[in-house]
Parts: sequence; C-alpha cells; structure tokens
Amino acid sequence: MSETTSGSARRTVLYDKHLALGARFVPFSGWEMPVNYSDGIIAEHMQTRKNAALFDICHMGEFRVSGPRAENALDRIVARTVRTQQPGTCRYNFLLNENGGVIDDIIVYRIGAEEFFIVVNAGTKDGDADWIRGKLDGAAEFADESDFTAKLDLQGPESGAVLESLGFKSSALPGYYKFMSAKIAGVKCLLSRTGYTGELGYEIYIHADHAGKVWDALLADGRVKPAGLGARDTLRLEMAYPLYGHELDTATTPVEAGFGRMLDLSGDRVFIGGEALRNSRPRKKLVGIELDGKRAARGGSEIMSEGAKIGEISSGSYAPSLGRAVALGYVPADFPSGKDPVEVFFKKIAFKGCFSELPFYKNGTARK
Amino acid sequence: MKKYTKTHEWIEVNGDEATVGITEHAAAELGDITFVEAPPKSTDMIMGDKAGMIESVKAASDIYAPTSGTVSATNKRLEDDPGLVNRSPEDEGWIFKMTNMDFEEYEKLMTKEDYDKMLKSKEAK
Repeated sequence: MSETTSGSARRTVLYDKHLALGARFVPFSGWEMPVNYSDGIIAEHMQTRKNAALFDICHMGEFRVSGPRAENALDRIVARTVRTQQPGTCRYNFLLNENGGVIDDIIVYRIGAEEFFIVVNAGTKDGDADWIRGKLDGAAEFADESDFTAKLDLQGPESGAVLESLGFKSSALPGYYKFMSAKIAGVKCLLSRTGYTGELGYEIYIHADHAGKVWDALLADGRVKPAGLGARDTLRLEMAYPLYGHELDTATTPVEAGFGRMLDLSGDRVFIGGEALRNSRPRKKLVGIELDGKRAARGGSEIMSEGAKIGEISSGSYAPSLGRAVALGYVPADFPSGKDPVEVFFKKIAFKGCFSELPFYKNGTARK
Repeated sequence: MKKYTKTHEWIEVNGDEATVGITEHAAAELGDITFVEAPPKSTDMIMGDKAGMIESVKAASDIYAPTSGTVSATNKRLEDDPGLVNRSPEDEGWIFKMTNMDFEEYEKLMTKEDYDKMLKSKEAK
C-alpha cells in the first residue's frame, strides 16, 4: 500500500505517524520503512517479548484468488496443498519454480470454498503477481490488492489482552494460524493469529484509508509500543524464521531451508517444483550458530570448520533476548552439525561459536 | 574547542592530549551499540586511518583517526557498557585519547557549525 513520494522509495500511509513517533527510516524492498523509533531496537525487541508491540507492515503484498476453479488452479502453484485447508485457516506456503527453488514464501488464507487471500513479501510482490497470474492462466480470478490493503502486526504476549480491551471476547479470538473477520475501532478487518516474532500475536489487514484509525486505537493502549523493522529482524532471527533474500531464494529449496517435513513429496500431488524436489537430493542445509560474544557475523561471512570453509552465513545479528550474537547459514547437507565448534570470518575477523539447535529463543508465546 | 570530521568523529584537545569519539548524529544513526573496538594503546595513526569499529544491532561502522597521532588511552567503561556511546556520545562515551597530534590537520577540521551545516545539506538531499 503506497503513497506517492518525491523520491523513488514508497511510503506507507502511516509515514507521518512514524515521523511524529521519532522513527528512523531505512530503505527496504523499495520502501522507506521505520527501522526503529526513539526507544531503539533492543527496547522494542524486549517490549515485543514481554508486552506488546505494533509494527507497520504495509509494504507486504496481498493478492486474492477466487472462482469455482480457484482451489484446483492454486493447488498446482503452491508447495503445500490448499485442498485440505479449511476456510478460516492460514497456511505457511511457498511459490516454487520448476527446479524447486523458492520464488517466495507466502501465507495462504482460505476465505471460503472458492476464495483465497495470499500474503507475499514486498520485494518479490510484482514477480509473484506475474508468476501466479501466468500459472493460473485464466482458471481463476486474480487481484493484486496491495495498493489499498494495509497490514499491521500486533505482537507480544499481551496482544490478546489488548484486543480484549477493544471489545473482543478472549474465547472469540482466532487460534494459532486461524483468522476471522472483525472490527477494530469500527474498522472492518481480517484478523489472523499469525506473526513473525515467535510471540502470541495477530496480523491485521484493513483498507488503507482506515489504517491510521486502527494504528491509533491500538497504540492508545499503554501496553503497546511501536516497533520497527530492526526489532522485527532480531525477533525473527532468534526464532530462526527465514527472511526471503537471505535464507530463501531461487537457488534454495524449502527442503534445504528446513521445511521438508511440511511438504508432501510422496508422489500423488502435482505442483510446480514438486518433481524436482522428488528427484533431487538437498545440496545444503540451514544451520544455526551461536557465537561466543556480542559481535555479529553478518550475511556473507564464511563458516569455517577445522580451517576449511564449509559454508556461508545468511543472516546474523546480536540477539537481545540471548545477550549474544547468533547467525543462520548454510553448510553442505551431509555436514555433521551437532554442537561442534565452528569459526566464522566476517571482514577478516574470526568469531568463535558452535552449532546450535533452532530456534535460538525457546520461550516464545506464539503457540500458547 | 571540539572539531568534527566528515566521517562523524569529534576530537577535543586538552593541552597535549586529545579525546576522540563519534558524534551524536553518528550514535543516533547506528542505534543500540553492542560493541566498541578501540585502537590499542601506543598505536601510531595517520589521519584517516581506521582506528577501530563500532557495532550496533543493525550495522557495523569503522572509526577513523581525525588527525595523525598516537593512541594514549582507551575508554575502559565501554568494554562493559558500550551503550554509554548512545547515552553520552560526545562526553562520557569517548572512545580513545591520543597524543603527538598534528595540529595543522586539527585546525583544518570542521567546527560544530560547519558539521551541522554538512548534516543539514545531506538531509536536504
């Protein structure tokens, strides 16, 4: 969802509110997005883990696929089946190319028997739209609703209580990876129990014209503070959630990224990329590394074991909840990665660490 | 009087020793600082040499020597409390001190007024 700007980067409809809240902005996937507000990334991260935080995620894309043949047509295009998906549920999913490489990681919402809502990454949105439209080939209606759809993420253990204060009954709020139609501050929205932080939380989709009203209503609750993309990134990294362009790209399969168990590769279901996944063995695997200190090894750092390069870091940062730096990266699929020590080289600096179980942060409330 | 560099360091001379740190603007841009690497004591530096680095949650950034000179002390408090650079970038959060400075180089650095002007003109772009 966008506003016209003088520069090339797009701004969300909440830009002026961010400015007033002391936001610092960074370019992200063609957007000018708040990276943090006046409290800073660490405070916003901890706020999300302990209380509740509100994120402007309007840059992400939203599509709608509908019609009598929508289920059949969409099922061929996504890596996990939509046929078994009940209306009112969300499913994490992937768009794959013919080689099984990830074009995007997405969430599919089943609105009804003949209607699906798809949420995609900002940087891949236009390519995704072309790809899906092309593959549907007229079998179903396709609409790109991104320009008039706003997305706000309310995340943190108190987010349910915050919604209750706005009139929701606790028992009526959707369960994990479920959604409902609702009204917040009188504004119609789609409310799903999903997120990218590892905490209990909700993603809220509204018409862009009313985004400010919902943003204000949620922030009026003293338990909620705004948080930027900086905290969003450290929160997702602690949970080892992939970020497209870092852990996922067209040269990586979902099996290599650790999602093999989510996929049905038994053979009967036909979907783009399925054949390639069945007939190829993973070349690499995603691993977590805990570093000994607070200094981060960023993406592109070399992973070394016994003096030889075995892989590369895809994302790395200081992890505020752990008090040390962590990283995700890829090593060969057959590399033994118990709790063995490794070295990571970033800008010629050696960091010591060891392979870690994932997620790094284990006390998230997302499923509670 | 404090002087400023294009790379966002400040330097303040006191007798024959100078104190060096990063500017308020730089500290705010970096965000939460998690690690500061100061140059080892006795390091001889030429103006513009890499003189350590600062790491925040979001980025790593090099520190450069504002003038030529020799490192005479580093701020030990930053080892346990790197966030001091965020809280007091141009005072308690200083990074290192140096002697044997080149005063001609020092004189050519920006005044506070010039530095603020540079920031404004960057913002305008």
